[in-house]
Amino acid sequence: MMLRTIKPLLSITLLLLALSLIFVPAVFAQEGDPGAPTDDEVNAIAKQLYCPVCENIPLDVCGTQACAQWRELIREKLSQGWSEDQIKNYFVEQYGDRVLAAPPARGLNWLVYIIPPLAILLGVYILYQAFRAMQRPTSPETSTNDTPSPALPPDDEYVARLEEELSKR
Amino acid sequence: MDENSTETITEETPTRRPRWGRILVWVGLMVLLVILALGLQRTQQGPIGIGDRVPNFTLTTFDGEQVELKDLEGKVVVLNFWASWCKPCEQEAEDLEMAWRQYQPDGEVVFLGVDYVDTEPEARAYLAKFDITYPNGPDLGTRISQAFRIKGVPETYFIDRNNTLQHVQIGPFSSLAQIQANIDELLAQ
Repeated sequence: MMLRTIKPLLSITLLLLALSLIFVPAVFAQEGDPGAPTDDEVNAIAKQLYCPVCENIPLDVCGTQACAQWRELIREKLSQGWSEDQIKNYFVEQYGDRVLAAPPARGLNWLVYIIPPLAILLGVYILYQAFRAMQRPTSPETSTNDTPSPALPPDDEYVARLEEELSKR
Repeated sequence: MDENSTETITEETPTRRPRWGRILVWVGLMVLLVILALGLQRTQQGPIGIGDRVPNFTLTTFDGEQVELKDLEGKVVVLNFWASWCKPCEQEAEDLEMAWRQYQPDGEVVFLGVDYVDTEPEARAYLAKFDITYPNGPDLGTRISQAFRIKGVPETYFIDRNNTLQHVQIGPFSSLAQIQANIDELLAQ
């Protein structure tokens, strides 16, 4: 009799426990600020920036305190509703062009965008010229393989001596 | 005239086309080399040397005040580069403030703090923490630090009354006396 009353209670308790396990993480997730920028959103901008203190390390993976402060600044600006371009412009204004992963296309920076395609075009042109030169038929004056050598006069002294030497062997 | 010589005369000489392409490539290469050389020359230039005239700069302080170096001619200038994320900077912060308070009444010495690659809230918190009262401002666009070609922070530059660099301290000061010794030397000149 006692067991009969305990059994449904136990089942309900177990069911509640199971449900709590399912829903607790969801409750935790809802506790965060829904409008707050995520780490991914911060890092999407951070990876386009470089801190001058830690050269050649993108901001999203840099571990120094200076970079952590910068990432927090990005988060703060995002939460204020700033766009990606506005944030990047702010960083350029504060710390200079060198914080950008891709230099802005102005002044001498244009060379960075112009020289590589020009170099590729030049290379293609040189290769084209080289292949064309290889395919061009060789002139008869310079060719020695296919054309028979002109016959030497039979009374040539050198030929006579050569034949004489050969006949001795 | 024999047959061979006739052939030589009548042989067609190829027409020489202008080689604009080659000329253009060479000119382009030369321009590129000049740019590279100038860039290298710029990067090879070390920091401002002792005895060199210090380039003029404008520092906009956190309070919005504008301080121009050329306006400070006739005074000894102590220019300190720092950052809130820089732990060694904290070692000298109190000594610098003490020195400033000591020399400020005479008006012969000016202290300037340049906040290098920092975020404003943390920089302001740093200034409040060490109760720093001399003019401080961010190095906007890292222009001042690039002009001085600093290697890191802290770095302190002692500039005489003629805007000439007289001493550079790389790293933090070990004591207040060290700061005083450098300033007194310049005041005595």
